[in-house]
Amino acid sequence: MSNINLIIGREYWTRVKSKMFLLTTFLAPIALVVVYGILGYLMTRGSDQIKNISIIDNAGLTENINLEKNNLKFSIETKGLDALLADYTNGNIDGVIELPPLDSSTSKYDIIYHSDEALAIDEMVSIERLFSREVRNFKIKAFGIDQERLGQIDTDISIDPKNVKETEKEISSITSTVSSVLGGAVGTLLFFVILIFGSQVMRGVNEEKINRIVEVLISSVKPFELMLGKVVGIGLVGLTQFAIWAVLIAVISIGAFSFLGLGTSGMEELANNEVAQEMMADEGMKVQAQNIMNELGKINWGLIIPLYFFYFIAGHMLYASLFAAVGAAAGDDINEAQSLTTVVMLPLMAAFYVGIAAVSAPNSSVSVWASIIPITSPVVMPIRLANNPPLWEIGLSVLLCLLTVLFLIWLAARIYRVGILMYGKKASFKELGKWVFYKG
Amino acid sequence: MNVLSLRNVVKRYSNHVAVNNVSLDVPKGKIFGLLGPNGAGKTSMIRMITSITRADEGEIFIDGEKLNVNSPQVIGYLPEERGLYKKMKVGEQLLYLARLKGLSPREARTKLNGWLEKFEITSWWDKKVEELSKGMQQKVQFIATVVHDPKLMILDEPFSGLDPINTNLIKDEIHELNQKGTSIIFSTHRMEQVEQICEEIALINQGEIILQGNVEEIKAQNKPNRFKIAFDGNMPLDLLADSFSIVEDNDQSLTIQIQEGHNSNDLIKGLIDRGIVIKSYQEVLPTLNEIFINKVGHSNE
Repeated sequence: MSNINLIIGREYWTRVKSKMFLLTTFLAPIALVVVYGILGYLMTRGSDQIKNISIIDNAGLTENINLEKNNLKFSIETKGLDALLADYTNGNIDGVIELPPLDSSTSKYDIIYHSDEALAIDEMVSIERLFSREVRNFKIKAFGIDQERLGQIDTDISIDPKNVKETEKEISSITSTVSSVLGGAVGTLLFFVILIFGSQVMRGVNEEKINRIVEVLISSVKPFELMLGKVVGIGLVGLTQFAIWAVLIAVISIGAFSFLGLGTSGMEELANNEVAQEMMADEGMKVQAQNIMNELGKINWGLIIPLYFFYFIAGHMLYASLFAAVGAAAGDDINEAQSLTTVVMLPLMAAFYVGIAAVSAPNSSVSVWASIIPITSPVVMPIRLANNPPLWEIGLSVLLCLLTVLFLIWLAARIYRVGILMYGKKASFKELGKWVFYKG
Repeated sequence: MNVLSLRNVVKRYSNHVAVNNVSLDVPKGKIFGLLGPNGAGKTSMIRMITSITRADEGEIFIDGEKLNVNSPQVIGYLPEERGLYKKMKVGEQLLYLARLKGLSPREARTKLNGWLEKFEITSWWDKKVEELSKGMQQKVQFIATVVHDPKLMILDEPFSGLDPINTNLIKDEIHELNQKGTSIIFSTHRMEQVEQICEEIALINQGEIILQGNVEEIKAQNKPNRFKIAFDGNMPLDLLADSFSIVEDNDQSLTIQIQEGHNSNDLIKGLIDRGIVIKSYQEVLPTLNEIFINKVGHSNE
């Protein structure tokens, strides 16, 4: 037992202390936050420079408009275009907007902007929104439509599911959306993590075989301990990386937002921003956000989070053991073992694709079976979890998964112990089959 | 007392028998040579002794005890195919390997410092293995083999790939460890190395022991009854006709094979009777290589 701890310790610390780990662990979230920070900064600040824009109104749209919009200052001019263009050339104004005459039956309306300098995207959006509203009002008036009636014409329709059997849980219209997004995110993450750390195990095992240290090692420890130590050690590296990412992303986000002055006041600013405002303008949106929070609150995190961890650990053990066997069976050139790697990757890929389908149809028979069959369940079951699958399905899935993990570790260890000492023999499936039944 | 005993050990692989019913005793405190051509079964035997593989049949005793989970801790094994973690630092790596042999961190550290000082390589502690030359790496590997003061050291072709300076360094260490009471098994296919180093040997071919015992005794038992004579004058050929035959004929010296039913006195008497002046007279002892070829009927290379 102390040997296996030593092995886990070595696998863990040599990786955690490596430059690669530090780089991916610390730089990845920093880069992520910096990118989002810059985006956020640009979105809220936009351009600081005030732009003076003259408007020639040939359509009568400017009666009620606000003459200041963020950094844009409008002036309604009656001088001719030539005079204004002269002003532009002299540098008195930054551009001229020309509103052509408007026909109420038109479905396309082109505004001309005279300038050598293009508008920024947010400026363009501001101007387009401004006139689209005015054109709408213009048309309403031209068609003689009652404003109040128009407000009543749009109806927000949502499907409201109602449980037939009585359960303590109320399902609301967005339950499935929230759980799909959550499940999809967790499932994708699990797939990549199992793949990445599994192939790390494979490379680690193969490295020990190629540089021949393995013979020294297994004269001190059992091959089984060596394999299990590596699988567990690398799994812990994965968990550590998650933990650091979670903490880092939280800390850096808070830090970055306060640095950019985006605290609570910044949020207000964001809310005042044209684009955001447009999004939030819809009263339903606010309700929606509230609903999402409610839904997230309703999820049984106390059950789900331990299960996420279970499926990560089980999935990692399951696939990493198989990868370890492949690493041991492969010769000096790991690329030669392509066919073996494929065999291990195939069920994992299948799990991922079924998982994608399960995001939209979590209770289809394919999804249900894939979440119970152990080779796909570590990816598919976490996707379904937020949808409250029946407890017996979860129980069966966990049980089968555990049994399979134990069986595959045993199987992988049988191949591993022969493979690591076998040089210059091509590892065919027939050969591997024989290794499983070797004595001693 | 034997540090290692094998009793009727058998190891089979799918298409051949690697070790066939081998019984062997390695006396304590000796340097023991395990000899045989490549593929004779040496490494298969060593792998069973070091618990890397299990014997299909038979029993193995280390220091009187049947092979068990603690056996690896009293054995130091330097495999023929040896390696280290390239990216790991020398110190960390040695500590790890020492602790796998059951040493506490403090013990391991003290012992390692002792060895690094002895080899004058203390400055390597923080160096990565990949920065070291091959010869340097072999020193590190040797330290990893001996750091836990094993009762029994097994060296599989320890000198392969070593330059003469390092070969001598390791030879000296082997002798020193042996002086301190460590039993050493030295496995090689290079017979001439064994003659210099080992007191006892076992000769293996095709999974079976064909000869076992003290090197001098084996040589004595297998001497071919040949003598090398240097002389003045002409060799009378009639003497040689019936009792003796010439194996090697040089000017003024001959190697003579004495036929059965005669001894060396007959030869000397015959020479003296014929007035030949003998300048030197020496029995020719066989090399282990010759004994091996004689026993197996073919060359080991």
